Amino acid sequence: MAKGRIEVSEDYCKSCGLCVAACPVKVLRISDRINMKGHRPVEQYKEGCIGCGMCAISCPDAAIEVYRISEE
Amino acid sequence: MTKVLMKGSEAIAEAAIQAGCTHFFGYPITPQNEIPEYMSAHLPEHGGIYIQGESEVASINMVLGAAATGCQVMTSSSSPGISLMSEGISYLAGSELPCVIVNVMRGGPGLGGILPSQADYLQATKGGGNGDYNLMVFAPGNLQEAVDLVQSAWDYAFKYRNPVMILADGFMGQMMEPVEIKEHKTDRGNVESWALGYYKERGNKRSLIKSMNLTPELLEEHNIHLQEKYAAMKKEETMFELVNLDDAELVIASYGTSARIAKTAISHLRNEGYKVGMVRPITLFPFPYEAFDRIPASTKHILDIEMNMGQMIDDVKIATACKYPVSFFGHCGGLAPSVEEIEAECKKILG
Amino acid sequence: MSETKIYSRPESWMKEVHTHYCPGCGHGIAHRLICELIDEFGIQDKTISMAPVGCAAMMYDYIDIDYVEAPHGRAPAVATGIKRVYPEKIVFTYQGDGDLASIGMAEIIHAANRGENITVIFINNAIYGMTGGQMAPTTLIGQKATTCPLGRDPQLAGYPIRMCELLASLETPSYIERVSVARPKYTIKAKEALKKGFRYQMDKKGFSFIEVLSSCPTNWGLTPIKSFEWQLENMVPYYPLGIFKDFE
Repeated sequence: MAKGRIEVSEDYCKSCGLCVAACPVKVLRISDRINMKGHRPVEQYKEGCIGCGMCAISCPDAAIEVYRISEE
Repeated sequence: MTKVLMKGSEAIAEAAIQAGCTHFFGYPITPQNEIPEYMSAHLPEHGGIYIQGESEVASINMVLGAAATGCQVMTSSSSPGISLMSEGISYLAGSELPCVIVNVMRGGPGLGGILPSQADYLQATKGGGNGDYNLMVFAPGNLQEAVDLVQSAWDYAFKYRNPVMILADGFMGQMMEPVEIKEHKTDRGNVESWALGYYKERGNKRSLIKSMNLTPELLEEHNIHLQEKYAAMKKEETMFELVNLDDAELVIASYGTSARIAKTAISHLRNEGYKVGMVRPITLFPFPYEAFDRIPASTKHILDIEMNMGQMIDDVKIATACKYPVSFFGHCGGLAPSVEEIEAECKKILG
Repeated sequence: MSETKIYSRPESWMKEVHTHYCPGCGHGIAHRLICELIDEFGIQDKTISMAPVGCAAMMYDYIDIDYVEAPHGRAPAVATGIKRVYPEKIVFTYQGDGDLASIGMAEIIHAANRGENITVIFINNAIYGMTGGQMAPTTLIGQKATTCPLGRDPQLAGYPIRMCELLASLETPSYIERVSVARPKYTIKAKEALKKGFRYQMDKKGFSFIEVLSSCPTNWGLTPIKSFEWQLENMVPYYPLGIFKDFE
């Protein structure tokens, strides 16, 4: 299984949750933190990201950047 | 080039081409169809583009798009068509875009008639569209002047980044007169600094052309800037003609074709010993208030003559600070005051 | 072990800006796809667009390209003016359903019929968003809006207008497709369609039109996730996805 990780620009996130719904491995959730605009940004809360990018593709605020990790 | 006999509408179109007009967007309406017809035939010969819009609304917005690139763009229409264009004209003025709009006026209101009129003085000079804006409005008195004003219109349009309207009437569009049309080099100024399409030339800095501002302070600031522009026009750009003013007891205020008719009446009246003169505004905006300061102490009365119901009379009263009685004489609906009628009206006033 | 960045915030997306769109609004997704394509084609310096009237009126604050504001519905006419001056630049309009299918119906049909070599991106969310949820020409039968509080009644307001089908009846347009951004799999197809639209313009193939089924969580009164579910259940059956016209 491919491995990946995401970086969320938390201040851009509006906690719409579209990425949470889009994630095929269900590693995202809305956090308890409050960003500068008053939204609770999304976070990756457990291992298992496969770097598929579905979250970024769903994001209306271009708040998510995606990395793919290769083992070699 | 020597003088050639041309129909007014065609002379206006050819003058525009010779001044470097490259794009024309318009929609047919009587009595100005010879302008788009001429443009559709001759603009492509000069490498320009003519498009017939699906309406006046679309045409003026095509003008807006082309004007935003800083090219020399033009449209023409007649009164009800200009009403439809008013939305786009307000946007053009608000977005500070240069273009030339010819209005060959016909009688109104509504569909009105198709015959010559000056019924759009107020629409042209006081608004038409929404918001605090002004067009520069030129009212030629004969075809040669129409040719010259059309040619210089882009110089003003680019100098102030503002739409310029040529306010002609149906007589001027349809009559034939000998005119001389010279080539005219338009000064477009530094188009690269503001127009669309120069992203690289500006050092990867985009151009944003808009009229909207949702911050009230900034919108007010924009309006103040527009007013400063209009104030500069008022100071620098008024044009007018004074006819037999020196010893006049009666001064006619008139423009366009009605001024031309009045001029003939004045020469007849002078031959008969009546001291009649005229102030003829050529720019209706900026209005040449200072021309009325030249009215001599001998003057007893001002007579406003137009082919409408007296739309300029308030401006004349403001210009003369109500120092003189001002009355109106004219016709509308496609009728023009005759030389004889004007003579009779003047004699009646002078007693 | 090595890391490869597979998705970045687009370069042509304005730096440090927060959009004014409501959470989960499809406009953001469509904007992002446009920015990605501008980056991929390397056309930031020669792309010109029109700011429409409606929720996307301030899209010039988000996409770093030349912009001129167009009056409501008039973007296809404004685009005509620009493209006729600059045949080599990339010109696209971005219009909502009130803008394009109501007040701007004449301008879109005639720009399409002239075969203007532009790309039109039509955002259909079946409602007027910016003005606060009034009935749009695309509002579905029975769908509630503030100006049809009991739901759209075809006896009173007629049936919703299918723009792709309408435009596909014209001879001239080159490419017409309806896409959705309700799920990643649809969004990927939407990007392909937009890419084709821009590509056709570059190849001077004429008028292309991409309708994007979007959402309006605020005025639909649904969460962002429920909104896209509603779109797939209710809009897609009436507004089928797919290609309606293709030059090739």
